[in-house]
This record gives sequence, C-alpha cells and structure tokens, in this order.
Amino acid sequence: MTAGPYSAKVMDHFMNPRNVGEIEGADGVGEVGNPACGDMMRLYLKVEDGRVVDAKFRTFGCGAAIASSSMLTEMIKGKTVEEAREITNHAVAEALDGLPAVKIHCSVMAEQAVKSALDDYAKKHAGQ
Amino acid sequence: MAKVFFDHISTTPLDPRVLEAMMPYLTEWYGNPSSHIHGQGQAALRAVDKARGEVAALIGAKPSEVAFTSGATESNNLAVLGTAEAAGPGKRHVVVSEVEHFSVMNALIPLRNAGVEVTVVPVDRDGVVDPAAVRKALRPDTALVSVMHANSEIGTIEPVEEIGRIARDAGVTFHVDAAASAGHIPLDVRGVPADLVTLSAHNFYGPKGVGALYVREGTKVAPRTFGGFQEMGYRAGTENVAGIAGMGAAAAIATIESGAWAVHLAHLGKMLWDGIAKIPMLHFTGHPAVRLPGHVSFWVEHVEGESLLLFLDVKGVMAASGSACSSNLRGHDEEDLVASPVLRAIGVPSDICTGSITFSLGKGNTEDEVRLALDALPPIVERLRAMSPTYLDYQKQTAQGG
Repeated sequence: MTAGPYSAKVMDHFMNPRNVGEIEGADGVGEVGNPACGDMMRLYLKVEDGRVVDAKFRTFGCGAAIASSSMLTEMIKGKTVEEAREITNHAVAEALDGLPAVKIHCSVMAEQAVKSALDDYAKKHAGQ
Repeated sequence: MAKVFFDHISTTPLDPRVLEAMMPYLTEWYGNPSSHIHGQGQAALRAVDKARGEVAALIGAKPSEVAFTSGATESNNLAVLGTAEAAGPGKRHVVVSEVEHFSVMNALIPLRNAGVEVTVVPVDRDGVVDPAAVRKALRPDTALVSVMHANSEIGTIEPVEEIGRIARDAGVTFHVDAAASAGHIPLDVRGVPADLVTLSAHNFYGPKGVGALYVREGTKVAPRTFGGFQEMGYRAGTENVAGIAGMGAAAAIATIESGAWAVHLAHLGKMLWDGIAKIPMLHFTGHPAVRLPGHVSFWVEHVEGESLLLFLDVKGVMAASGSACSSNLRGHDEEDLVASPVLRAIGVPSDICTGSITFSLGKGNTEDEVRLALDALPPIVERLRAMSPTYLDYQKQTAQGG
C-alpha cells in the first residue's frame, strides 16, 4: 500500500490530522510559511504553569505539511515550554517514519511554528 | 473499492488488440530488422514497415517520412537539436511557445549554451499562442518554430495550422509536439504545414518506450544518436520491434476509432466540467472550448493541489497535478519543486502556489466513474479548506465585510 511517496504514518496523520482548529485566547500563536511557497501553518498554544497544555493548528499545504503539523501538536502537548522549544524538524520527520527528501521543508516549517508561537507567548507574558 | 483512472494524459492503458499485435515479436519472431537475409530478420522488418505505414496513415504522411524513436522526449529532442544543427551557422535563432513540454524547453539549454538565441512567445489566459506573435518573433536567421498541438496540463489546443502557414511562408522549419493529441484529435500533415511532428505511442493506448518523429520530405534534421543506419539515419540502434508493432497497431485502431472516442469523451468531459463548476471559488484552466476532449483542469482557492490528489486517490480517483508542490516527489532536493511554468504562463496568481488538478479521461471511462469523482470532490475540498488558515482568514474577512 505504501508504494506511494509517503509512509503509512504520514498518510495516517494526513487523513486523520490531530488537533485541527484554533484556540480562542491562545497564549501563543505562531505563523510560518507562505501560500506562495506552497505551505503555511498557524499554530495555537495554551500554556499553563510553563507547560503546553493544548495545541491546535491550521495548515494550507501538501500531505507532508499537514502530517508534520499534526505530529508536531501531538509531540509538544504536555511538554514544558523549554522542552517544546527544543523539538527539531528531524524529530518531527523521524516520528513520521521519514519524509521524502523534497518534503523536509515541511518538518522545518513545523519546528519554526513552535518557535514562533513560543516567541509570541514569551512576548505576551514578558515580566510575569 | 472501485479505482477510477482519470490520468490518461500521463499514460493510457494498453489496448488488448495492441498487446496481441506485439506478442509475436516478443516470442516467436525475435529477429533484427537489419539482419534480414534470413526469415527471422525479414519477419521483424515486415513488422516495422507495416507499423511505419500505420503510423503514417494516422497523420496523412508517407511511410518514408516516419522515424521511430524511444518516445516523445527523444522525438522532441531530435526535432529541436537536430534542426538547429542541420540549419547551419547562418540560422541561430529558435522560436518556441511558453507552454512547451520540458523535452522541448530543456533541449534549448544546450542550444543557448552554444550561442543560439531563443524567443519564447507568450500565451493568453486560456493558454493559446497568438500566431501574430509568432510572426513577429521570426527573424532572417530563424531555424525553427516549435509549438505543441495540445497542452497536457491545461488541455488547450493550439492554432498549429495558422502558425504552420506563417512558418512556411517564412521558409522556417515548423515542429509540432503532438504527444498529447495524436490519436485523439485529427492532425493531418496534408493540411497542417508541419515539417516535424512528435508522436507518443503510450498516449494513445500503445506501449511505453516507443514514439515517432514525422519528418516531412526535404526537411533537414541532423541525428542525435550515432551508430548504424536504422530509421533512415535519424535514429541509430536496433529497433524496438515489438514496441513499434504495438505503436502501429495503436495508430491503426486510433485512425478508425478516435472519432467515436472523442464523442464519448466530450460527453463525459462536459458532465465532469458541469459538476465541478458547482464548487465555489474554483477556476478552470485552459481554453473552455478549444481543448482536448475529456480533459478537465482547474485549481481551487485555499486548497493545495497535492493534498487534493492524495485524498482523491484514497477515494479511488487517480488524477494528476501540475502543482509545484506535488511534482517531482522523488526529486533529490527542494530545488526540484518548481512552480508549473504553464500555470505561471496563463496567469494563475503567483502568490498562491496551489497547483492545478488535471482530470484526463480515456475511452474506457464511464458515466458512473464521472459520478464517483463528482461525489468525492466537494467533501475533500471542504475538508481541506476547513484546515486552511488562509480560508479561515477569508471567512473572517467576508464576515466583517458583511
């Protein structure tokens, strides 16, 4: 079945993406990518006591972009802000059982989205 | 689950009658046409000669004007590079349209490196080449004009007869890449003043790995392959006898049946078009009327092309995209993800690399299959839009705007 370009795990996260949506009053929102480049991801985080308690996303993009977004939200939930910041694109790609060489940028987008959302969180909560 | 093949522009299934015509040359008759002192070679030679006549008949040519190749890519390479070389030092200019296939476009790279100048003639929003623009592009040193008969990605049929007359009047060799159209819509070299025509067997229910280049009597083309004197010197190498026999059989079938196929495909194509048109914020690509029968291409706002194709495949519908984001998935790096030059040429907004979807139907498709695709498509579009941040923003904007 997986003679296609993607692993079964990528297809699962593409077909049944986890955590699609938005969080009203999110503690941090990150947006990366650009439709001109073929993909764009918006990530919403809810943070309590320095820990990511909820994450939701919306993504415009190919199968790998949607799967990377979905996997990322699963990976960061429950992690501390510091731990979440350390998630690399390699970890995302690995958790998806790999991505085609031309689609590595999708996992990079996921990594950048967390950093962008956490930067927004830090800005909003500066001095607290 | 039913599997619906709507990607005939990439390739077509082999007609069983074609396979039957090929089989003897894969089994009993294995001779080399060049070695025809004996019965084995004679049988092979007869098969190649018969096929040459059948392919010639498809386009109204003489058998001596048809050279077999390994496919459309080789035919296009031979037409472009072979004409430029044969034209000599006084003719250092080539004219092509903006929407030519990669096997024409990339053949221009070595030409440019060798100092040949290239004029790329634009197309309009429907993907149509303006013959007047071709006339304007011609120079005293123009060696070749190359314009395709029909575009595989957007289905538009080009005015090759008119462009051919302009080239003929100027004494310039005219090449028509008919890979997407041959065997489907008529192209007769007795009416269309083409000097070179590219044909591809697997695009009209023949086998892969075989094509032909029509070379009008008196047209000068230098070879690109060097060796023996096969294929009138245009293409050295032992002939793909079974493939050639298959191409001949496919051409003979298409000569008789393609008119009926076109009627069937035009009907299914209209059904598909009318159904798809109900999806909001969807844009058809290519000319609405002057297009390949059974070819429907479009792009959808807020939906990325590859995601749509993946979902369609899961629902049993196999289609294609000229999308930046789905092509060359097996490429080596992200440099391979280039936006479709055809979509750029027809003005699909460059700020949205969304990719166009191409449904290309074949003679075996049915109304039920069209209905299946029409049932599958709207929920997929809705689902992907619901996931898209750009669609969310659009909805919020329209809500605010009242």
